[in-house]
Amino acid sequence: MKKTNRTRDFVEVVMNVIFFTAGMAAILFTALITVYLFISGLPAIGEIGILEFLFGTRWASTADEPSYGILPFILSSFYGTAGAVLIGVPVGLLTSVYLSKVAGPRTARVVGGAVELLAGIPSVIYGLIGMIVLVPAVAELFDLASGATLLAATLVLSVMILPSIVSASVTALNAVPPEYEQASLALGATQMETYFKVSAPAAGSGIAAGIVLGVGRAIGEAMAVMMVAGNVANMPGLFRSVRFLTTAIASEMGYSSGLQRQALFSIALVLFLFIMALNGFLNRVLKGGRHHD
Amino acid sequence: MTERRKWFNVLASVLVYAAAGLTLLLLAVIIGFILIKGLPEVNWSLLTSVPSVIRNVRGILPYIVNTLLVVLLSMAIVLPLGVCAAVYLNEYAKNRRLISAIEYTIETLAGIPSIIYGLVGVLVFNQKLGLGGCLISGSLTLVVMTLPTIIRTTQESLKTVHQSYREGALGLGAARWHIVRTLVLPCSLDGIVSGCILAIGRIVGESAALLFTAGTGKVLANSLIRAYTSSGATLSVALYMAVSEEGDFATGYAIATVLMVLVLVLNLLARLAQTKLKREM
Repeated sequence: MKKTNRTRDFVEVVMNVIFFTAGMAAILFTALITVYLFISGLPAIGEIGILEFLFGTRWASTADEPSYGILPFILSSFYGTAGAVLIGVPVGLLTSVYLSKVAGPRTARVVGGAVELLAGIPSVIYGLIGMIVLVPAVAELFDLASGATLLAATLVLSVMILPSIVSASVTALNAVPPEYEQASLALGATQMETYFKVSAPAAGSGIAAGIVLGVGRAIGEAMAVMMVAGNVANMPGLFRSVRFLTTAIASEMGYSSGLQRQALFSIALVLFLFIMALNGFLNRVLKGGRHHD
Repeated sequence: MTERRKWFNVLASVLVYAAAGLTLLLLAVIIGFILIKGLPEVNWSLLTSVPSVIRNVRGILPYIVNTLLVVLLSMAIVLPLGVCAAVYLNEYAKNRRLISAIEYTIETLAGIPSIIYGLVGVLVFNQKLGLGGCLISGSLTLVVMTLPTIIRTTQESLKTVHQSYREGALGLGAARWHIVRTLVLPCSLDGIVSGCILAIGRIVGESAALLFTAGTGKVLANSLIRAYTSSGATLSVALYMAVSEEGDFATGYAIATVLMVLVLVLNLLARLAQTKLKREM
């Protein structure tokens, strides 16, 4: 009896250690990524000069006199994301209201399933569709030599961020206490007025979280943007070929060396800091929402 | 009712239905387009041959095999790691600050763009550990990337196991590990399985994190070790290479069709897992 107890205790201790180690994995990985990005990203920034790097408008990494200004990438990422949010948020929000309030259970399953599927489609497929359908359409519509522009990238991104916005918003809208809606309806407001003027504001923090998640997805997307944005280091313009922060890394990673390669790590560091700031913001939005309740 | 309110009602209803319709339409267009363009390109010889420019053979077999190998290795590592981490968070950890620190890092990992995973993967696995561009590097990178998915879904599911079950078992004198093994884990099987399916979906669709870690190799290795230690493109990476770098749209459509079918099947499996494995409580 005593012996079995001892084996049991031993197993307990071993499992304790295993679970604890696994639990630490996420901290370890995050620390590793952060440290590596700083170590490999800072030298090039130091060499180029932080102002020159962040606000330089010319990226010519392979020129005789190379110039490493990433403002075009920062602004392209920013405009592309903002555009995607501008298109994606209204569509996503309206779809969420439909899913959460208007649709019957069966149609909700169909539309909800469609949103889930959209989330599961690989970004290369979005890129492929963008290349074949959107890029020629943009060229045709606006009479351009090439349709591979910021506009095409924005449109692709606006579809890609839909699922993030919709799933977070639907969860938030479903959680609105029915008493709010009943009170509003009893006071004579119509259903639509109730959904948009009572339910949506009450679900505000959840919806905001969905938007922030969508922004994160848009800023971080590389391959789909690479395939439709033309991939030229221009300052952004709606009808210009552009590079995002992500595609700037991806397009030169394969063959770069020396300072050029280090500069790519610096771009990754900038991107990482953006995402971290966004995460911090997201946390605050969610916590603020909870506080409000 | 004033004229303005009437207009608001009509307009809002129209917009709500239009948005839902648009979402459905987008999905239909994407799936329909890929299948219409791609299905004619897919045939048995394409699925079972190795591409060769010299012999003028088109084929996607190496990509299918590579995808499978990457999924297997990544899942073999991330599944135990993620489930154990979730169990630690939910059953073992007592220190509130440690728990919230771990949860914060999980959120952070979930938000990091895949291209950054690819870049750090190159730095750590390809260079620091000297693995070079190979399927192992790619798989390890994806382990880190999919870890948050597994932890979160498992944790979600662990939380729904009634506290009274644990208390009952503890009261009967069961040790913690015994409770986890015989009670908590079996009860949260549905969450673990759907987390797995989600993670596999991410791995199958991932391209940016694999492009530089696993490389773009097109050959079929003759042994498992060879396969894992040499560069190889998965389906998604191969799709990007075919379309963007080589302008080979026929192969691109074919790969896209295979990917699309995989995504649809995984989606279906996830639904099945949610309904069939749901325990009665």
